[in-house]
Amino acid sequence: MTILVLAEHQDTQLDEATAKAVSAAGRMGGDVHVLVAGSGCGAAAEAAARLEGVAKVLLADDPSLANRLAEPVAALVVSLAGGYDALLAPSTTSGKNIMPRVAALLDVMQISDVIAVEGPDLFQRPIYAGNVIQTVRSTDARKVLTVRVSSFPAAAVTAATRPIEAAAISADPARSSFVRSELSGSERPELTGARIVVSGGRALASAENFETVLAPLADRLGAAIGASRAAVDAGYVSNDLQVGQTGKIIAPDLYIACGISGAIQHLAGMKDSKVIVAINKDPEAPIFQVADYGLVADLFEAVPEFHATVAEKMRA
Amino acid sequence: MKVVVAVKRVADPNVKVRALADGSGVDLANVKMTMNPFDEIAVEEAVRLKEAGHATEIVVVSVGPEKSAETLRTALAMGADRGLLVRSDAVVEPLAVAKILKAVAETEKPDLIIVGKQAIDDDANQTGQMLAALLGWGQGTFASKIAIGGAAIEVTREVDGGLQTVNLPLPALVTADLRLNEPRYASLPNIMKAKKKPIDEKTPADYGVAVEPRLTVVRVHEPATRKAGIKVGSVAELVDKLRTEAGVL
Repeated sequence: MTILVLAEHQDTQLDEATAKAVSAAGRMGGDVHVLVAGSGCGAAAEAAARLEGVAKVLLADDPSLANRLAEPVAALVVSLAGGYDALLAPSTTSGKNIMPRVAALLDVMQISDVIAVEGPDLFQRPIYAGNVIQTVRSTDARKVLTVRVSSFPAAAVTAATRPIEAAAISADPARSSFVRSELSGSERPELTGARIVVSGGRALASAENFETVLAPLADRLGAAIGASRAAVDAGYVSNDLQVGQTGKIIAPDLYIACGISGAIQHLAGMKDSKVIVAINKDPEAPIFQVADYGLVADLFEAVPEFHATVAEKMRA
Repeated sequence: MKVVVAVKRVADPNVKVRALADGSGVDLANVKMTMNPFDEIAVEEAVRLKEAGHATEIVVVSVGPEKSAETLRTALAMGADRGLLVRSDAVVEPLAVAKILKAVAETEKPDLIIVGKQAIDDDANQTGQMLAALLGWGQGTFASKIAIGGAAIEVTREVDGGLQTVNLPLPALVTADLRLNEPRYASLPNIMKAKKKPIDEKTPADYGVAVEPRLTVVRVHEPATRKAGIKVGSVAELVDKLRTEAGVL
């Protein structure tokens, strides 16, 4: 069995999601190849070639693949599919955009958001916002899947490097063109890979409060900032910080939910965190039902005190 | 501009769905059903395009059991012009839904198709992308904004790092994300009017599409539930526990 993993990367660097997808692919058994498709993405290919469990890297470096638009990348993956038994991508927004297109062109029913690999054709995936887990067997000859990165460890980085081969570039279907990106950009750790996440809900009441109340604690802890859907809908923070069923699905070591009630769709995004802390002034908030440590308090008092206490302990 | 919108009848997202004791599926008996929330956003966007003078006709399609006609009625009450029910009592996977919608698009010849980005029951997030692929159209997935410009549209997409905007020549496909709009509630007069709007009925076989599933569901189970922990009395106690007991600070 040979598996092709579509890399998640920013051309000059490889995202950790790729290392996690590689380890998921390894569990299916067989050789794992990584496809790095982009423009000026040689550095990302070199990083992929150092991942444990990878046999070979395919580099598709072409201006038509800049910004990884679904139509040309899917065409490229389909052109390479003949040599593979399975095609796999992390379930990032990019993987979710591209892989169903690949699956349809190959007449394959994709298995989305796999959380456990039980065999080469047997997979577990969450349905109903993770309230139910479905185990499915694929009857398609070739498998197409996306994997939830928070469910798999990252493949190790090794000193040894594997061969990098150039892939033939397929013709761009030219059904879309890139206009612009507005990336939030932040000095803080990335939400999906952060060890600690400090998350805020509608109770924060403004964008300013995210910065003045939540951010100092997050920065003191070296944490990423997350948010509930309500806080994003209200415009307090940008969309890429949303944690939940249809936002980011994360499993940090410590998740601190501040002023988040705990709707089903939010819990779907964070309930696999190792330790959950909830700070909420409503003692009946559903978030307390999943929290390891609950503090019934007004976040506007408790969060600054949390910050001050941690600052003091860290000095000690 | 003619717009086709696809909608799915699903369990109400506020209901906590449970696995059947024998692990064969989920228990939907007596569960309140509703239009998939992302599809509601798709319908709303089409209606706004019509109100803004961009869209001339909105055709709403659903693949599912007889009761999906109710979901179509809801879309008609929101402002869609006519409905099409492609009736199937069996589960139809996203790939087969995409094939059926492709056949519908070949008959209806829309300029734009809008679907929800994912259904909140199977959480597959596939149908729109698959349909765009089968039609050979460009796709603007996870849309938070659609701007119409003559023979093309600009779609702003919610992506992991922020926002990305793409330009798609028409015909094109868009999948709706949460912040594209806030769907309206249908007014009583519009609900009454919707009862007179036509809903056509077909079957997958009418379009020559086989709906036999490619994925076999082997088992359905509920994940281990997280137990509620303890309530702490103060911030000092919380920080102390996180340091000494949990070891995460």
